[in-house]
Amino acid sequence: MELVVALGIGVLTGSGMWLLLRPRTFQVIMGLSLLSYAVNLFIFSTGGLRTGLAPVLEPGAVGSLANHADPLPQALVLTAIVISFATTALFLVVLIASRGLTGTDHVDGRERER
Amino acid sequence: MMPWTSHLMIAPIILPLLVGALMVLAGERRRMLVTGLAIASTTALVVIAILLLLRASGTEETATQVYRLGNWPAQFGIVLVLDRLSALMLVLTALLGLCALTFALARWHKAGAHFHPLFQFQLMGLNGAFLTGDLFNLFVFFEVMLAASYGLVLHGSGTARVRAGLHYIAINLAASLLFLVGVSMLYGLVGTLNMADLASRIPALPAQDRGLVEAGAAILGIAFLIKAGMWPMGFWLPTTYAAASAPAAAILSILSKVGVYALLRIWLLFFGEGAGDSAGFGGTWLVVGGLLTIAFGSIAVLATQNMARLAGAAVLVSSGTLLAAIGVGQVGVTAGALFYLASSVPGIAALFLLIELAERGRDVGADVLAVTREAFGEAEEEDMEDEEIGVAIPAAKAVLGMSFFACALLLAGLPPLSGFLAKFAMLAPLLPSEGEAGLLRWTLSAALLLSGLATIIAMTRAGIDAFWVTPEGNLPRIGLMEFAPVLLLLALSLAMTVGAGPVLQYMQVTADALHAPTAYLRGVMGAMP
Repeated sequence: MELVVALGIGVLTGSGMWLLLRPRTFQVIMGLSLLSYAVNLFIFSTGGLRTGLAPVLEPGAVGSLANHADPLPQALVLTAIVISFATTALFLVVLIASRGLTGTDHVDGRERER
Repeated sequence: MMPWTSHLMIAPIILPLLVGALMVLAGERRRMLVTGLAIASTTALVVIAILLLLRASGTEETATQVYRLGNWPAQFGIVLVLDRLSALMLVLTALLGLCALTFALARWHKAGAHFHPLFQFQLMGLNGAFLTGDLFNLFVFFEVMLAASYGLVLHGSGTARVRAGLHYIAINLAASLLFLVGVSMLYGLVGTLNMADLASRIPALPAQDRGLVEAGAAILGIAFLIKAGMWPMGFWLPTTYAAASAPAAAILSILSKVGVYALLRIWLLFFGEGAGDSAGFGGTWLVVGGLLTIAFGSIAVLATQNMARLAGAAVLVSSGTLLAAIGVGQVGVTAGALFYLASSVPGIAALFLLIELAERGRDVGADVLAVTREAFGEAEEEDMEDEEIGVAIPAAKAVLGMSFFACALLLAGLPPLSGFLAKFAMLAPLLPSEGEAGLLRWTLSAALLLSGLATIIAMTRAGIDAFWVTPEGNLPRIGLMEFAPVLLLLALSLAMTVGAGPVLQYMQVTADALHAPTAYLRGVMGAMP
């Protein structure tokens, strides 16, 4: 499972990074979204990748991370998702404003001269 | 039961949050109410910050104060920590906020929607970032602060702002992702997010985890350095700051120092002298990066033709100076750097405000303002009448020129203003150096002096172009409301010059506490069961 998750994070990061460096604003925002998915998966994996564990605590079990999933990374992911969702929405607004004001979707607000 | 005064610590976060929310509810139409709320809240923040500063500058026992949210034990809940450094930053933020707000009230707050709520949320994010004692909470406050700053950068709209804002937002979103990666790496290895807890656990880590912890901390550091504008990650900074409206740029001048603050706090906590094998990790990188930033900033200062970009480049120089001075990792230099921080932030903010006033005479900013005002369909006639009431200072240009001169002295580090004292305080412990790091120290000393030379050359040239020309069109009409904040900021630096003894003493004690954070650790861990 580690391999699958690691590959997933790697592929998402790679594609996100490539898109982030592209000249069109739409590609940039897609890149940022992919990167944020990768980061969310990464945060999630820091709690340890194990299956079939109790979400918090089973009755009578000792409260140690061997007996239940680490809840903190899940809380962090949730916060990160909310924040990246909000900032992506905000970026989208700026992107549209930029398209309207400059008449191009190039990230520099003007086409490169050929 | 805690006495009510202990809840004062959370007021710098709660107050702007509530007031900002109220302003959104009140809406744009009730301008008097919103303006009144903004003035009341920002003034109250200054009072609260000064009270907190007085409390933090007391005896060693009361210097570190911990506020547990929801009264959870520190390792489960989130703590706010007030020490001398955070109290100092709170006071700086509050004073800067008051000045920028007063300046904006004259005309800028009418240039677009929701200026006041954004401004309050900005203050909330800043205060929160300075107060928090938890790494993830720091991320949340960074995001609050950045989200508000995106709005403030775009305030007034216009192609230049949107173009610069697009870059600013994209870069900071990427930096936030790095921040998250760093934080989660540290959590995965150390198992806590409380800064004090992290600091006490890092020395005891097994050797095989050490490399990963350092990598995580380095990624976290990159996120802070992007915010601080270190070369080669600071190319966005001059453009964005130059494009932002003057009051927004003034408050942004402390935003770049949040990165420096976070770095100072976390680096000295995690990799201070007590960190075992990792002690001093990355210090040389900070010095070299800082030096390169100073070099890049100085060249940018000399090369630029535009006054606003000049101020943006000055931000880079001051960031570079701070990073390099912190990276030296010596108590005396850190104390000098703190003094420099407290002196350069108001100086740069005053410069941004001044430039807007000077450029107005050239009808550059005024044109943009007129256009946006039309776009928003505000009651033009009423606004004009309001402005006539302001006292037009005779020989406004002369006063502007004098203030610009004071700013130049302050930023270049020439006597008699506090900029000189700040550079002196950094140079004095830096110079008598022997041993390995000698070359780096000499380079840093030279860079401090040369960057001052570059600044004074560039600002003299810009000043001559702006103030020693035959007036072409109308002289700028400047209300007292717009000039008072500039004078207040400069008076702040004058006060720091006159009261240099006690201020430097305070910085010295702060630097001591940062380099030997036992009181901080004891204060926070004492809040654990």
